[in-house]
Amino acid sequence: METLITLALLLPLAGFTFLAFFGTRLPEPWPGVIATTTAGLSFVLALIAGLDVIGGGTERLTVTWFEWLPALGVEASFLYDPLSVLMTLVVTGVGSLIHAYSIGYMHGDERYGRFFAYMNLFLFSMLTLVTGSNFAVLFVGWELVGLSSYLLISFWFERPTAAAAGKKAFVVNRIGDVGFLVALMLIFNTFGTLAFDAVFGEAPAALGTGLATGITLMLLLGAAGKSAQLPLYVWLPDAMEGPTPVSALIHAATMVTAGVYMVARTGILFELAPVSAGVVATVGAATALFAATIAVAQFDIKRVLAYSTISQLGYMFMGVGAAAHVAGVFHLMTHAFFKALLFLGAGSVIHGMAGQQDMRKMGGLARVMPWTFATMAVAWLAISGIPPFAGFWSKDEILAVVFGRGGGWTVLWAIGLFTALLTAFYMTRMMWMTFGGKARWDDGVHPHESPRVMVVPLAVLGVLSVVGGLINTPFKPTLEHFLEPAFEAFHVHLAHPPEGATPWVLAFVSIAAGLIGIAAATARYRSRVPDEERGAWKLLNRGYYVDDAYAAAFVVGGGAAARWAAASFDQKGIDGAVNGVARLTGAVARRLRPLQTGFVRSYAVAVLVGTVGLLAWFMTRGGF
Amino acid sequence: MDFPVLTTLIVLPMAAGVAVLLLPRRRPELALPVAIAASLLPLGASLWLLVRFETGVAGFQFVEHVNWYEPWGISYHLGVDGISLLLVVLTAFLFPISLLASTAIKDRVHLYAASMLFLEAGIIGVFLSLDLIVFFVFWEVMLVPMYFIIGVWGGGRRVYAAVKFFLFTAFGSALMLAAILSLAFVARDQLGAPTFDFVQLLGVDLTRTAQFWLFAAFGLSFAIKVPLFPLHTWLPDAHVEAPTAGSVILAGVLLKMGTYGLLRFNLTLFPEATVDLMPVMATLAVIGIVYGAVVAIVQTDIKRLVAYSSVSHLGFVVLGIFALTAQGLQGGVIQMINHGLTTGALFLLVGMIYERRHTREISQFGGLGSVMPIFAGAFLFTAFASVGLPGLNGFVGEFYVLVGSFLSLPVWAVVAATGVVLAAVYLLWAYQRMFTGPVTLEENRGLSDLNAREIVILAPIAALILFLGIYPKPALDRIEPSVDAILQRIEQTTDYRVPDFGSGAVVDLVGEHGE
Repeated sequence: METLITLALLLPLAGFTFLAFFGTRLPEPWPGVIATTTAGLSFVLALIAGLDVIGGGTERLTVTWFEWLPALGVEASFLYDPLSVLMTLVVTGVGSLIHAYSIGYMHGDERYGRFFAYMNLFLFSMLTLVTGSNFAVLFVGWELVGLSSYLLISFWFERPTAAAAGKKAFVVNRIGDVGFLVALMLIFNTFGTLAFDAVFGEAPAALGTGLATGITLMLLLGAAGKSAQLPLYVWLPDAMEGPTPVSALIHAATMVTAGVYMVARTGILFELAPVSAGVVATVGAATALFAATIAVAQFDIKRVLAYSTISQLGYMFMGVGAAAHVAGVFHLMTHAFFKALLFLGAGSVIHGMAGQQDMRKMGGLARVMPWTFATMAVAWLAISGIPPFAGFWSKDEILAVVFGRGGGWTVLWAIGLFTALLTAFYMTRMMWMTFGGKARWDDGVHPHESPRVMVVPLAVLGVLSVVGGLINTPFKPTLEHFLEPAFEAFHVHLAHPPEGATPWVLAFVSIAAGLIGIAAATARYRSRVPDEERGAWKLLNRGYYVDDAYAAAFVVGGGAAARWAAASFDQKGIDGAVNGVARLTGAVARRLRPLQTGFVRSYAVAVLVGTVGLLAWFMTRGGF
Repeated sequence: MDFPVLTTLIVLPMAAGVAVLLLPRRRPELALPVAIAASLLPLGASLWLLVRFETGVAGFQFVEHVNWYEPWGISYHLGVDGISLLLVVLTAFLFPISLLASTAIKDRVHLYAASMLFLEAGIIGVFLSLDLIVFFVFWEVMLVPMYFIIGVWGGGRRVYAAVKFFLFTAFGSALMLAAILSLAFVARDQLGAPTFDFVQLLGVDLTRTAQFWLFAAFGLSFAIKVPLFPLHTWLPDAHVEAPTAGSVILAGVLLKMGTYGLLRFNLTLFPEATVDLMPVMATLAVIGIVYGAVVAIVQTDIKRLVAYSSVSHLGFVVLGIFALTAQGLQGGVIQMINHGLTTGALFLLVGMIYERRHTREISQFGGLGSVMPIFAGAFLFTAFASVGLPGLNGFVGEFYVLVGSFLSLPVWAVVAATGVVLAAVYLLWAYQRMFTGPVTLEENRGLSDLNAREIVILAPIAALILFLGIYPKPALDRIEPSVDAILQRIEQTTDYRVPDFGSGAVVDLVGEHGE
């Protein structure tokens, strides 16, 4: 079994290495086929090893490769417990589908081979992240997914916007990473190790509330960066500059959920720091609402989905913040299905529309792209929270747990509920503007359905978006039973939804919210595209100008400060002082020139006087 | 006595330098190939040293000790331990590569090649000397070839840069010489005879005040070399004007002489002053980390940008050293090696594009990624190593330094951690401006990608960047005993104790030494 896990990790890495060197020389579609094969094989191997864990053969597997950082006690070591199994299967499963889809989508691209090399690198990185058995290996994966994301966002680097977006994503993520690093320093200082087993085992006894709060808030900063939460979400909308399969895999289904995974994995630390857990949930709720309001006013189909992703990640943060780790991870999984589907569907639309992403120039596509429409409709119902589709079950469980905790959490629940209404509204708006109504295509655009290699993954994800939620219903919580041991092993106490009739009432309320959102958007967008370019709509469309404010503060302000440091302080200040000393020396030397008499005896006198003086000083003051 | 491999390591490049000078003047094309071939000999010797070095031993190995001038207690004393071992290997490794990257030098090639080889001998001598006079001689001797390399084969303002480099360093040296002499005098009073032998000087008992002044004199000299903020302004000028190979050696090994000196002499000879001045040195180091990075962001000359990044990276080394914890010291030493590799590679890459376009202005490029994909890939790889991406070498040292310094100097460590953001900003922004977007200038359109020679130059460095990132254990295992010994010595001679960690205790965020 250990070998299988090693292979599952190394296959995508091998694929990356091979394609990085030889990918450019292989003709289409071979790089895509190779990359998809390694991804698929990785999924199969992970599944076989996972079945052993699922079937109860072993509760967890640990694979250790070698000692990596001796003085920190860090080994290159991997943990395969139920939580990593689920994450691995989602990553490789959705990953394989998106690899396959890309064979069609990237057809004809100049750097076809390079694309699949990067995609495989991403898979390896993400697997490292979700299977690492200590904080350092988790951090390796954490940073490597950042690298893959950078490479793939700026994949079409000839476009200045794509290059800028890639850099922005990496830098903003790095701001979060500072928090992560500080958390690691605190953890090592406290526990003398970075291994999950030891840290989580000792935490309940050794960790005071204050320190736990410090560590977890720093972890949260890291998670907020990677998972695009307030205030570090700004990179994700720009990340849409990458090819659409990248948006689907990395910036919707998998990488951005790393923060959620990390909070769930370190659940015990958050349990010991109730304040931090509350902050996690609050950040989540605030982000969910904030991003949903922005999504309402977007015209670019991918930006709708980008803000929607930020918003949905907010739900997951609410879940894990409320210690509903299973619910949070469950939503992570269902979201991976339907959001990947939405992005791939959007990609299919963009592909068919010859690159058009503005929904105002779409309309009436349901007839020409029936498969894309049908599968996206499934995802639309799933994200809108309509039963029995996948999103309903997971979102509802989160909301139920949050409600059940009472007190201030009720406010978060209300925010979540209102966000659900908004979600249904903007998704319905997107569906009508894209597929309904009359065609508003530009001249010369002839939309067509995408090739089979793209449609089949859509269909598979469509099926998963329907049935995926059924693995964890209140009637049969299979996933919960499966995941619980992983949390128990690390001493986490999971929060559960309330008992009795309350969940039923809550479920009906949230279904009602979804239906209201759908109805309102249908009424508004069924037959026309209203003018939404002024006033409040403009404010929302521009995302409350937060990005512009950041740009002014950090790029313009910070840039000015740095230029001042370089030009005025460094060159004129420090170096000016240096050159000033040099000039002064020169001037003094010119004045002293007359002293150079050429008479040896006068020099000798000077030397004698100097030496005596120095000796006297050393004897009295030198202190030797 | 066994085969004197350390002397061989110093003599080989020196002899090679002489041999190159003796080559017939009519055949200038021979000089560089001969020098490259000859520089492989010390590399071989250093690898032999690496293989035969006994891991897990703290003390000096391959020791050679010959009395030289007994009345003054000067001896020819060489030795290598875990701290100097990798620096010697790095030096011997970077010289053949730098020479191979020197094909653009056309003027007085034999003098150039000989200067490089003499420089190599001097640097290796600095790392191996255990007698302060011998150390000082190598320290000074090495200045001369470096002065000529910048001043003769450099760019437009080469004389200004060379003189600046020389004066800065010579100023420090004067103070150091005074300090070395006074150490010997104290030794005479206590041991009955003067000595300049490092190992014997360890037994000399110095008052706190004496330690302070001697620390300051040695430290100033080393801090100029590092360079530690605010003594860094010679560095950008020297780098920008130096030819490619000069920059590679300057950044790769020369700067390490400063941090090596701090670690070898200041920490061991003046432990009390070290403990007293720990917050001061750490503060300067952290200022260097942040300040160097901020200033690097807005540089318009790519070589200057890399030069300022060195200020930032060397700040990590100094922070690690003055953290006075096992992790910090190990991180500091491995970071010296890593910085030598990554920054060396960055200067090589800058040199390669300079040879094609004869400009280093970032704004003169743009869209190179589509014109020179291999070059772009190599640059990005190196940039990420420099940024500290885990899996590549830069991360290991940075992470050790951060975690290690947090144990003793938490606030400093947290501030230093912000350096990881700034490093991403300056390197990725430079990459964005040079390599992405459309090709804006006609001159850049026809540039040729890296040729075989250039790939051969970069490949070994890239391999080491990967190796030390993935499996740094062999390197760290060799460093560990020697830095542990230094810490033990500090604990024995002062009331400093390496902070206890892993006890679940709440850290005092101001730190014991915070005031």
